[in-house]
Amino acid sequence: MIRFENVSLTYPDTAGPTLSNVNLTITEGELAVLIGRTGSGKSTLLRAINGLVPHFTGGLLTGRVIVDGRDTRTHPPRELADVVGLVAQDPMSGFVTDTVEEELAYGMETLGVDPQAMRRRVEEALDLLGLADVRDRPLLSLSGGQRQRTAIGAVLTTNPAVLVLDEPTSALDPGAAEEVLAAIQRLVLDLGLTVLMAEHRLERVVQYADAIVVIEDGLVRSGTPAQMLAESPVVPPVVELGRQMGWSPLPLSVRDARRAGAPARAALAQTPLDSTAASHDSQTRPIGEVVAECDHLSIRYGGFVAIPDLSLTFRRGEIVALMGRNGAGKSSLLNSLVGLVKPRSGAVRVGADLADPWGMAGSHLITRVGLVPQEAGDLLYAQSVHDECVDADRQTSAPSGTARALLDSIAPGIDDQTHPRDLSEGQRLALVLAVVLTSSPPVILLDEPTRGLDYPGKKQFTKVLAKLADQGHCIVMATHDVELVASAAHRVVIIADGDLVADGPTSEVVVSSPMFAPQVSKVMRPFDVLTVAQAVQAMRSVAQG
Amino acid sequence: MLHPGAWWVWALGLAAAASRTTNPLLLILILAVAGLVVTARKPDAPWARSFTVFLKLGLFVIAIRVVFQVILGTPIGDHVLVALPVVPLPTWLAAIRLGGDITMESIIFAVCDGLRLAVLIACVGAANSLASPTRLLKAMPPALYEAGVAVVVAMTFAPQLVTDVGRVKQARRLRGRPSTGIRGALGAAMPVFEGAMDRAVTLAAAMDSRGYGRTKYLPARVRHFTAALMLGGLVGVCIGLFSLLQTSDSPGGHQEVGEPFLIFGILAAALGMYLGGKRSIRSRYRPDPWAIPEWLVSLCGVAAGVGVIAAGRWEPLSLSMPISPLAWPALPLVALVGIVLAALPAILAPELPVSKSLQRQAPAPQLTEVAA
Repeated sequence: MIRFENVSLTYPDTAGPTLSNVNLTITEGELAVLIGRTGSGKSTLLRAINGLVPHFTGGLLTGRVIVDGRDTRTHPPRELADVVGLVAQDPMSGFVTDTVEEELAYGMETLGVDPQAMRRRVEEALDLLGLADVRDRPLLSLSGGQRQRTAIGAVLTTNPAVLVLDEPTSALDPGAAEEVLAAIQRLVLDLGLTVLMAEHRLERVVQYADAIVVIEDGLVRSGTPAQMLAESPVVPPVVELGRQMGWSPLPLSVRDARRAGAPARAALAQTPLDSTAASHDSQTRPIGEVVAECDHLSIRYGGFVAIPDLSLTFRRGEIVALMGRNGAGKSSLLNSLVGLVKPRSGAVRVGADLADPWGMAGSHLITRVGLVPQEAGDLLYAQSVHDECVDADRQTSAPSGTARALLDSIAPGIDDQTHPRDLSEGQRLALVLAVVLTSSPPVILLDEPTRGLDYPGKKQFTKVLAKLADQGHCIVMATHDVELVASAAHRVVIIADGDLVADGPTSEVVVSSPMFAPQVSKVMRPFDVLTVAQAVQAMRSVAQG
Repeated sequence: MLHPGAWWVWALGLAAAASRTTNPLLLILILAVAGLVVTARKPDAPWARSFTVFLKLGLFVIAIRVVFQVILGTPIGDHVLVALPVVPLPTWLAAIRLGGDITMESIIFAVCDGLRLAVLIACVGAANSLASPTRLLKAMPPALYEAGVAVVVAMTFAPQLVTDVGRVKQARRLRGRPSTGIRGALGAAMPVFEGAMDRAVTLAAAMDSRGYGRTKYLPARVRHFTAALMLGGLVGVCIGLFSLLQTSDSPGGHQEVGEPFLIFGILAAALGMYLGGKRSIRSRYRPDPWAIPEWLVSLCGVAAGVGVIAAGRWEPLSLSMPISPLAWPALPLVALVGIVLAALPAILAPELPVSKSLQRQAPAPQLTEVAA
């Protein structure tokens, strides 16, 4: 269905080729998952399938890409629109019309589909993707999961043979991600669609995949999931656990891993509990004074109540994960802590002196609290990493070289002359973090920090967070990433519709929730284990003992 | 829902009527008719709230017109209200007169003249709040569709730009930099434009991969001929409308050339659009039907225009406000009947269906993103 023959691609002004000599075949009806580190050329490969690369982006493509018998060399993207449906990472940026129903029909209109067939297919797509209830709603009022399903539906109505998805769940909370993945699975099983999707959070998709395509430095390999994951640079936690424990065949799902781990769990049950409890230090951690708090906080936008009444305190040395659905009020809470949103009632206090951030001058604010927004790049505007660091020093009257030293301690070896736009996602996050830390605020807030990070990037990031907490910073991060929470956070706060639902140590809050529990904890249930390292340590200790 | 084109025909009929008269009785009647229909049949959508904005704009226009008359106008009649000194101007500016007596007649003349423009604006405003812009786009002839998409996309970008400015300003504050004042605005401009460019490119890629711009092959000769026809036609229509809408007593009126130009223009443009449409393979999802209610509504609007024009033919003086000497304006029967007919859509147009899912769902906008 999709065939790459000796494809190489070089963008102008880059040192090496982005794709080199790719040979890849994806047969009809397959669900293939494309994995690779950030910046390894995943998006380029996906966009080459419908001809956006190189027709739209420029660059020199050699070799041939053939989709359903059509060569992208002679067919520009619009001539492939009836064969390939491409869903971009941010669905909102690709919407043309303003209601769900019109968006579903748009692609068919441009292809000149007969009006009666069009009507029928829209109804089918509404049912298939569970959008019938919101059919005449404006796209702006939809939730993240609904938007993503609308975007999938919008390309589906043109009856494409191939569906290409670029990280469809990266911006979604776990529940909404489930919705979207379930919809994709149904398309593969019921309609026999060929699907190629890129995804960072492999734990969600690997068990459904027929094939895995690994891309590394522009080189592409593909094979069955078990084969490819044995050596892939990025793997989900269950696979990592299986690799370290030497389980064969390699488990791909929680179910497989539970079965493979049954003997080890039985052995654990025989031994006293202290061997597992040792892995957790959240109860015994020394915790400092309060550096941020909200007291009966209430936030409204017009008539819409984002947070009705919320009281929370955050202390030095803590890493707190803020979880909840999209639109639950996480961003509102963070924004009120940096004085971007005025509380309707109640009080917000931050910094060592617990001052009110609302209306505070920027230069005073940054010594008390720093926020890394969802689009971390928003904070950067200089032309090079060096300028950005110098600027940060000057802004905070820190001794020159402070920001650069911080950056080196977080992510060493970034070239001074690089433009911030050309940094990888992880490097950019490191730079923003360094800039924010230059004024050494006691409170650091992070909004979805790991959105573009792969597993090695996340691992590095987790280490940085732990170090900052040890230095006495208080870290609050809003995130959907349960695996990150399991490995990094001491305390988890879950909010829904602005109300506090749960607040406690990570192990208690996260394990008890089927939605937020990380994979390892599902595998090791009923034992209180959250990360691969802890699980391996626990199982080895009983094996030796 | 009524076809948006029907509302536009109705509103243009009213506007044509308003443009031909300075008779305040007729003008106020037209305004009342427009207001009545808007209140009766306006849907509950953001774009439907624009009618009051247009009314305010109209008031502003009248005020400006009066101010200009007072400062620069030649006095008409002899009912002096205030006597102002005339500012002496050099001889080479003799055509302009600054200051001087303010007469009742000149004020009334200015108000009536301004009212004509204000009512015209109100008619456009009525169409704007009765007909959805996106539905109007759907009803565009295929030849104009692609240009229409560009306009609509541009319109959705404006609010996005405002959101972006807010976001960048917040980011500057988080870096401890000035976020207000000139320096703040300058610092915010660059990232905002970069963001807008990025989004435009993403959207273009998305539209391209969804088949936007797929065309059938037509020989180059046909394409050039089509373009020439459309352009010539539009110019013809403009000249024709301009000459026709000039009142007979205004200087430089060339009504006799108006009709042939208009007819030629419409024919050429229609042919051009027909040929241009041949290239498009686009089909329409649930097109708005043009049925009896649409005919009725548009005919009602046309009636107003025809009524006033007919009154102008038979009793030309009845359409203008008698200024010198001042008198109560006449009320031509034909025009009256036409305008009253234009009020009928308030009852004739079908009532709006209430959207089920909108009713069920409380309006909870995703404001977290605006705040983020």
